[in-house]
Amino acid sequence: MTNSIHDMGGTHGFGPVESEPNEPVFHEDWEGRVYALQRAMGATGLWTIDGGRASLENLPPLAYLASSYYRRWFLGLERRVVAHGLVGEDELAAGRALRPGMRLNRKMTLDDAKAMSFANFDRPSPGPARFKPGDPVRTKNLHPATHTRLPRYARGKLGTIEAVRGCHVFPDTAAVGAGENPQWLYNVVFTGRELWGEEADPAIKVSIEAFEPYLVPA
Amino acid sequence: MPANDPHTHDHGSELSEMQLRVKALETILTEKGYVEPAALDQIIENVETRIGPHIGARVVARAWVDPEFKRRLLTDATEAVNSVAEFDPVGAHLIAVENTPQTHNVVVCTLCSCYPWPVLGLPPVWYKSAPYRSRTVIDPKGVLADFGVSLPPGTDIRIWDSTAETRFLVVPIRPDGTEGWSEEALAALVTRDSMVGTGLPKSPEENKAGAAR
Repeated sequence: MTNSIHDMGGTHGFGPVESEPNEPVFHEDWEGRVYALQRAMGATGLWTIDGGRASLENLPPLAYLASSYYRRWFLGLERRVVAHGLVGEDELAAGRALRPGMRLNRKMTLDDAKAMSFANFDRPSPGPARFKPGDPVRTKNLHPATHTRLPRYARGKLGTIEAVRGCHVFPDTAAVGAGENPQWLYNVVFTGRELWGEEADPAIKVSIEAFEPYLVPA
Repeated sequence: MPANDPHTHDHGSELSEMQLRVKALETILTEKGYVEPAALDQIIENVETRIGPHIGARVVARAWVDPEFKRRLLTDATEAVNSVAEFDPVGAHLIAVENTPQTHNVVVCTLCSCYPWPVLGLPPVWYKSAPYRSRTVIDPKGVLADFGVSLPPGTDIRIWDSTAETRFLVVPIRPDGTEGWSEEALAALVTRDSMVGTGLPKSPEENKAGAAR
């Protein structure tokens, strides 16, 4: 879902930001296990990072807000392994495997983990870029029922192309199993006043990373 | 414990529930042959010991002493970081943005928790929290005030919302009074928050006071 609770930019009322001195990487052991399970299962290639994000965004808003970060990851992962037929609800209830696993094309080994690679989303360009730095653009007023990376606060707004990032996997299609569909990616900068109105601080500018299908010439 | 994320730690019942549920899922995924426990241990070790802000601090310190490296960093941060990190962050599309007396940069991810793992490790709880994700794009000065940071009057603020797979590293301004310092000594001044934009590097005095404690 796109207009869901995860899209938080500009929302009021969440209170001050509170930083924890000397914060550990994980506060509880289970958080580390969830992180590792997520990484290892992501390496199977059965779903995309965008599909993973979409499964978190589809959590009921109250569950999303009431859950800690790694609890959200856990709930999303649990949904995903069931949705892909990797694990049965009966197995989750039993707390153990009741049937042999499916064959996987890829599995993260100890050597893979030691190599510590990071996924890459840059792709060859399917054609020339439509925009260049300095071009004025307007973001579309999109409200798809599926995943998108155009935040609500930046829809229908006038901005300027600041940089061209090359072509990247398009989250909107990758999330729904409709392929990588690489698209040009741009840095688009907006004035605070364009986003937040005349009362906004003139010293503020905000940029997003915007895929070409989000933009029209202005 | 962070008051902005009370559900992580406050409820003993949720903790034990989560321990049980995570253990159960790991058991099932292992028994079905989908994951290797040794690989899981290694994944955790990677983020607890191998990657973290110490890498970003080395990158920033080198940029402060080596203009040619700084030029490379601002042109292609992935390539520049490759040459400093003890691993190859191949894949990560890193972008370095430089603070100047005119412009202060702040990085956020309003939609989830995108953060430059190869140079800063995993994000702190506050970065992933609703207060930070909601307010940074509309009230960055208020957020900076929460961190005790106030910028000189007239400083512009540029927010970078990490809405794609590009990742941002802020290169803060080198503190005064560090002329002639070694790269290693400078790296000790570069805090995690200064590389996100919610902090400034330590001054030589702050660093000395910190070391004495």
